[in-house]
Amino acid sequence: MSGTTDAHSSLVVAGVKIELIERGQGNPRARPILLLHPNIGIEPAAPVLDALAKGGRVIAPTHPGFGASQLPKGMNSIDDLSYFYLDLMEQLDLRDVLLVGVGIGGWLACEIAVKTTERIDRLVLGNPLGIKVGDRETRDIFDIWSITQPEIDALAYFDPSIAKRDYNALPEADVLAAARNREATARVAWSPYMHNPKLLARLRRIDVPVLILWGTADRIVLNSGYGRAYAAAIPGARLETIERAGHYPHIEQPDEFARRTLAFAEQKQQAKASA
Amino acid sequence: MRVYQFTEQAYYPAWKDHAGSLRINLPNSKLDPTTAGELFNRYYDEWQVADDIGLDIMLNEHHQTATCLSSTVVVGLSIMARITKKARLLVLGYPLGHRPDPLRCAEELSTIDVVSGGRLDMGFVKGVPYEFPASNQNPVGVMDRLWEAHDFILKAMSHRGEPFNWEGEYFHYRQVNIWPRPIQQPHPPLWSTTNSKNNAYALGEKGYVIATLGSGYGTRPLYDAYRQGYYKTHRKAPGADRFAYLGLVAVAHDESEARRRGDLIADYLRTSAIVHIPYRNPPGYLSIEDNAKILKGFKQPRGTAKDGRPVDIYTCSVQDLVDAGILFCGTPDQVYKQIVEFCEYCGGMGNLLMMGQAGYLNHADTVDNLTLFAKEVMPRLQAWKQSVAEVAAA
Repeated sequence: MSGTTDAHSSLVVAGVKIELIERGQGNPRARPILLLHPNIGIEPAAPVLDALAKGGRVIAPTHPGFGASQLPKGMNSIDDLSYFYLDLMEQLDLRDVLLVGVGIGGWLACEIAVKTTERIDRLVLGNPLGIKVGDRETRDIFDIWSITQPEIDALAYFDPSIAKRDYNALPEADVLAAARNREATARVAWSPYMHNPKLLARLRRIDVPVLILWGTADRIVLNSGYGRAYAAAIPGARLETIERAGHYPHIEQPDEFARRTLAFAEQKQQAKASA
Repeated sequence: MRVYQFTEQAYYPAWKDHAGSLRINLPNSKLDPTTAGELFNRYYDEWQVADDIGLDIMLNEHHQTATCLSSTVVVGLSIMARITKKARLLVLGYPLGHRPDPLRCAEELSTIDVVSGGRLDMGFVKGVPYEFPASNQNPVGVMDRLWEAHDFILKAMSHRGEPFNWEGEYFHYRQVNIWPRPIQQPHPPLWSTTNSKNNAYALGEKGYVIATLGSGYGTRPLYDAYRQGYYKTHRKAPGADRFAYLGLVAVAHDESEARRRGDLIADYLRTSAIVHIPYRNPPGYLSIEDNAKILKGFKQPRGTAKDGRPVDIYTCSVQDLVDAGILFCGTPDQVYKQIVEFCEYCGGMGNLLMMGQAGYLNHADTVDNLTLFAKEVMPRLQAWKQSVAEVAAA
């Protein structure tokens, strides 16, 4: 959270004021890239933002309830957030969106896409959560609220040192945002834990190309077949791995994450051109 | 003044055999069920003694813990409703934040009230932080859920006539019509606990009894916040009967014996904080502002002595606990004076929740502790006329 207020702009959607980061706004006709952040929010200094902006105009909102974004009464599930983002895409009249989501943001991207892909060109999911794969007595996802923050970081990152924050040295707004991120994640993912039991069966509805990028050092996801199960449930989805990255491949390997994401988007452009 | 005998009903045999956590994740292989049964029955016997000698009774529940065997307080309440004759039966707390089904709560509590002949006091609380992983109820939004459950239970207890409908934010019922309905009308008296001034103010507005647990010489600001909330809706100052305080009590004719008992009872404090660290602060339990302070390394002081000196109630000496108003300890005369001094500090406090048993304090010592208190301290407290604080300017 090195974010200061002037690094964000704000937007009101359906009466809810959220903060967002915009990059690559020079060409309004450029491909919209909507980036949905994971449980830890998104920092304006994250290199992935500029890396993605090489291939379009990046819109990286902070979900309602996270960071400094307002929380409307009753919005307490990933499903609720998915409707919020359907509204957002409609309000901004985004078309042919490259929808990118990481962690619970990947889960959110899928909850949007199973409803409609009308405004979505394709999906890139980084270590998405949200489905139930194992049996009822086997957790797919580590119980992050049963361990300390350093222990969470050790499981989530290839290199946990980059997660370290000196909260006494950060602006108060950033400390509050970190506290809100933790609470907001629990609001939407406490139980059922980090998943929607109905999502797996709905993924077949996603009718746009999907690339899943899996940071191989992710030990928050305990089930080694989780990414494969995700890919198998979405028609035509492709699963690729990213080395030296954990649960947040967009943070640990921002250039590689952006390069693969934009290359995937270009394939579509070429396919369209040759068709 | 009313005095409620309270014990956490500890499973102390496991207290010295844990790996840094007595709660939630201490394996239940550490519990011998036969020993647990003997302990339950012993604690019930001691409450029966309390009833016989004119004390009231307070019960509570906790979950997955060697600090408190009572995980279903309705069982203890049911037994007390049957085997005691006169004592008020205070459940504090009845953790609504961990309860998925307030209809069941209304039925349980009404039944206790009926069987006891109208002796139930209902202490609704949100529940302790570390038990959310056990109940799996979401700690985020727990206060909203608590107040909806509260509203529903009171409606279910007081409603007459055709079954009613409830389609709230958290709870959904139709055809609500509980049998039995409670004897005490429109519902048994309500209590709650808090250690926040905002919540104290809200309890004051409603006029419920506010209880603070081990808040010692940090209690007055909470009571004053309550007084302001109470004044807002009642246009008068609340009486001492609206205030309750949980203190540890160890009394004996001989001061050194009282200190020995106090030291054993204080093991309740020394063990209560032994909890797997991540379970101590689940997301959403504390406010965003408090969590931001915690991120910056802020630690809440755990107690304050009369003279303002900070006291760590989990590790400090018996004398420090006495100085902090956490433990009332000594001869009957000393204990009487300590309690009176504390009540005067509070500006009036009319319900002593007396932890007269804890941990290793054995049955004989417990019975002697309770009996001595009932004979030699309580009559003096009841004869003493408390002055009641006026409402301080907001």
